[in-house]
Amino acid sequence: MFNSSIGRKVAMALSGVFLIVFLAQHFLINITSVFSEEIFNLLSHFMGNNPLVQFVLQPILIAGVLFHFIMGFVLDWQNRKARPVSYAMYKGSKNSMFVSRNMIISGIVVLSFLGLHFYDFWIPEMDYKYIKSLPEDPNRYYKELVHRFENPYRVGLYCFSFVFLALHLVHGLSSSTQSLGTNNKYSEIIKKISYIFGISIPLGFCFIALFHFITFYNT
Amino acid sequence: MKLFLKIWRQKNNQAKGKIVDYEIDEISPDMSFLEMMDVLNEKIIEEDGDPVAFDHDCREGICGSCSMFINGEPHGPDKLITTCQLHMRRFKDGDTIYIEPFRAKAFPIIKDLVVDRSAFDRIQQSGGFISINTSGNTLDANTIPIEKEYADKAFDAATCIGCGACVASCKNSSAMLFVSAKVSQFSLLPQGRVEATDRVINMVNQMDEEGFGNCTNTGACHVECPKGISLDYIAKLNREYVKANLKK
Ligand code: HEM
Ligand code: SF4
Ligand code: FES
Repeated sequence: MFNSSIGRKVAMALSGVFLIVFLAQHFLINITSVFSEEIFNLLSHFMGNNPLVQFVLQPILIAGVLFHFIMGFVLDWQNRKARPVSYAMYKGSKNSMFVSRNMIISGIVVLSFLGLHFYDFWIPEMDYKYIKSLPEDPNRYYKELVHRFENPYRVGLYCFSFVFLALHLVHGLSSSTQSLGTNNKYSEIIKKISYIFGISIPLGFCFIALFHFITFYNT
Repeated sequence: MKLFLKIWRQKNNQAKGKIVDYEIDEISPDMSFLEMMDVLNEKIIEEDGDPVAFDHDCREGICGSCSMFINGEPHGPDKLITTCQLHMRRFKDGDTIYIEPFRAKAFPIIKDLVVDRSAFDRIQQSGGFISINTSGNTLDANTIPIEKEYADKAFDAATCIGCGACVASCKNSSAMLFVSAKVSQFSLLPQGRVEATDRVINMVNQMDEEGFGNCTNTGACHVECPKGISLDYIAKLNREYVKANLKK
């Protein structure tokens, strides 16, 4: 089934929804850093040291990300091949939304962001825990986070990427429900929820980055 | 009115085509778009040129053959119509109009604006039918009661005229709207349920084999479809396809 066009789209949608669930969980943990250093440290320490999270969920997540963007490139490549000669005049804006026609662009920006994000947090974390094997300090996470957001360029890049994440999600979420074949009396509501979610989660991440940046310069 | 036309000319499937400029005068706003093409061709013939080849048959929006990509959209700027139903009053004196063939790898160009849409026929042949005994003792279809809701939905799906505008408008050249309509028009009815599993699998396989792209749910097909076939049929096709594969 997964070597058919519909099968691949279903797989794409499932991996997308999986990433969205992860994104929501990631957001809920990060937002605690805005009001409570203790809770944020507690949750981060748990996520960073629980063997189930580290050795089961984390590899699944990485596989999910890899699958999603590799499949995204494959689909995009196939779709380009399906029209070898392009139109001299093509008015896509007359019949579809910009975001839906440019998922690969928003996806590539999010992918570049993931590179930066890994470099900022994941690689230092792996280095700390598994290469240098430093002793665990359950109170280090908040300080590490705040320290990263002292740099205005990083905050700028993060917020820029979150705009593209929002563009990706605004189409992605409602699109995945269509790919998974849900069309019934709830489809209009699902669409509205997709829009709200797709905009508010990236906006929330933006807020967290700016919050720490501004607090740092005000104290 | 006077118009500047930019038309794709291509001798045959192998030849390299290009956009050729034409100027045409004294076009009445009451003419249909195809009549304007007829006037242009008469002029080209008078000048000993090769007339522009384009597909047309019924000229009343039911056969689906008049495929033209006009100013960036299949069947031109108006919605819910075919090219033959488009009128010149939609344009202004002095307008430039791009006229191109429907473009997709699965729709190879035969000549100029004429493309080969037999890929659709092969998809139909792979499952777009019901097997019934027609040897003289055929059961009257009306003896089987069908809920109004399903009868209506099946009818809506059956209004697809196989024109290919969905493929032409889609940035991925996906044929999902066509296939979803052709699958649904049968699978929504009790007579069509019998072969539903094989039908959906075979038609989707054939669609993939023909080299159409994958659906990205942009919705362009629905907007450009002259019959306004709903995107709900695509969701239904996805659902049916997954279910059929789980069953098999
Ligand atoms: C947190 C990160 C991401 C999330 C939550 C996410 C989510 C989604 C969702 C829900 C879809 C819709 C699936 C469907 O239409 O059925 C989608 C589609 C897509 N994603 Fe992502 N995505 C992410 C990252 C990426 C990255 C890094 C790329 C890299 C290129 C990418 C490329 C694509 C493409 C090309 C599509 C469109 C596929 C198609 O409809 O043909 N995504 N994404
Ligand atoms: S679905 Fe609409 S656009 Fe596509 S072939 Fe049928 S009538 Fe034409
Ligand atoms: S010529 Fe038949 S639909 Fe236009």
